[in-house]
Amino acid sequence: MSSLDSAVAELAADFADLPVAERLNLLLEYSENLPEIPARLSEHPDLLERVVECQSPVFLTVEVESDIVKLFITAPRLAPTTRGFASILHSLLDGRTSGEVLTASENIPDELSLAEAVSPLRLRGMRGMLARIKRQVEKQL
Amino acid sequence: MTIGLDTDAKINAYAHPEVLVSTSWVAENKDKDGVVIVESDEDVLLYQVGHIPGAVRLDWHTELNDPEVRDYLSDEAMASLLGSKGITRDSTVILYGDKSNWWASYTLWVLKLWGHEDVRLMDGGRDKWLAEGRELSTEAPTVTPANYAASKRDHSLRAFRDDVLAHLGKPLIDVRSPQEYTGERTHMPDYPEEGALRGGHIPGAISVPWASATNEDKTFKSRQELEDLYLGENKLQRDDEVIVYCRIGERSSHSWFVLYYLLGLKNVRNYDGSWTEWGNLVGVPIAKGERP
Repeated sequence: MSSLDSAVAELAADFADLPVAERLNLLLEYSENLPEIPARLSEHPDLLERVVECQSPVFLTVEVESDIVKLFITAPRLAPTTRGFASILHSLLDGRTSGEVLTASENIPDELSLAEAVSPLRLRGMRGMLARIKRQVEKQL
Repeated sequence: MTIGLDTDAKINAYAHPEVLVSTSWVAENKDKDGVVIVESDEDVLLYQVGHIPGAVRLDWHTELNDPEVRDYLSDEAMASLLGSKGITRDSTVILYGDKSNWWASYTLWVLKLWGHEDVRLMDGGRDKWLAEGRELSTEAPTVTPANYAASKRDHSLRAFRDDVLAHLGKPLIDVRSPQEYTGERTHMPDYPEEGALRGGHIPGAISVPWASATNEDKTFKSRQELEDLYLGENKLQRDDEVIVYCRIGERSSHSWFVLYYLLGLKNVRNYDGSWTEWGNLVGVPIAKGERP
């Protein structure tokens, strides 16, 4: 199992071990911990890609240096669910090698036991973010 | 009703002032016995971020729907859910939420399917409460589970697809965005694709986007403005039989509330199957473009 796979499995277990109602509190914690993007990006929104699958305005970009992926995502504070999804992906993927990100399972959003707490419909935005992250990494290789 | 109505002049001008309250009414009455404040949002975490002190949450996606059948909960499961929130048949339920009360309107419509008598919306919803700098709490309220007497669901406010087929030729209102109405797109702007195989609208439906009924501050427009919009500009008659729809029934619950309660049309139904059902049904007629 790759280190990303075990990180996903560990996070999935963290969510699955909680009663459904408390999974939302964990998601909220993630939402509050999404790192701010640096000014060089926030002042140039044209450098970011819109995640149209999300209901709220979410923008992201990736930078690959020495094969290490740096991930930058921004989502409004008034959309905590989407921010939570963004933050989970950030915690799992930021700092990984491009190979790890490219081979990351597309089913991560479904593996986190979140569907029951937030509904499958709401998870679609997270799939969109993941697909766009992978595409951007691929383009930079 | 045991809990007093809001005497606000704007609210009292509506056909049914008993279903709407202002934020200041809620601030004054929220702790009274018999009042249950309920938040229903699109973003499921907003309640966690902060809610009106004492408010419970009802979520359309994860609570009101049956997890397997595409339908609402069974009569017994709904009674048990409402009881678990401390709601009884006699409770005055005050609903509010994000997005100008879309989901709160949806919850209100669902509660009306089970004939809950005293359920009201807070005009302006969550955004207005926040904009006024009113108190928020992140504490989970202490709920005393109650016994909600189960009843049979009543479908007089709900239209199914066969009702819509039989209704063709009578007034239908499509409350989605103009691009969804013409068929240019099959989902709402900024929203994920929800998988309709055809774009367009139900033949004969006129386009009155839901947001035409709201003000900048998310409150409902005045009675006169709403009459001008629906009865004037869009030529609905008071005794028309009307069916409203959108994508999954949430925006159309908002328009249903306006027509049925604020304007007092007697025969208005919400087609909650809406475009995600109609746009995928084999063999039903569809219209494209700007004409009904």
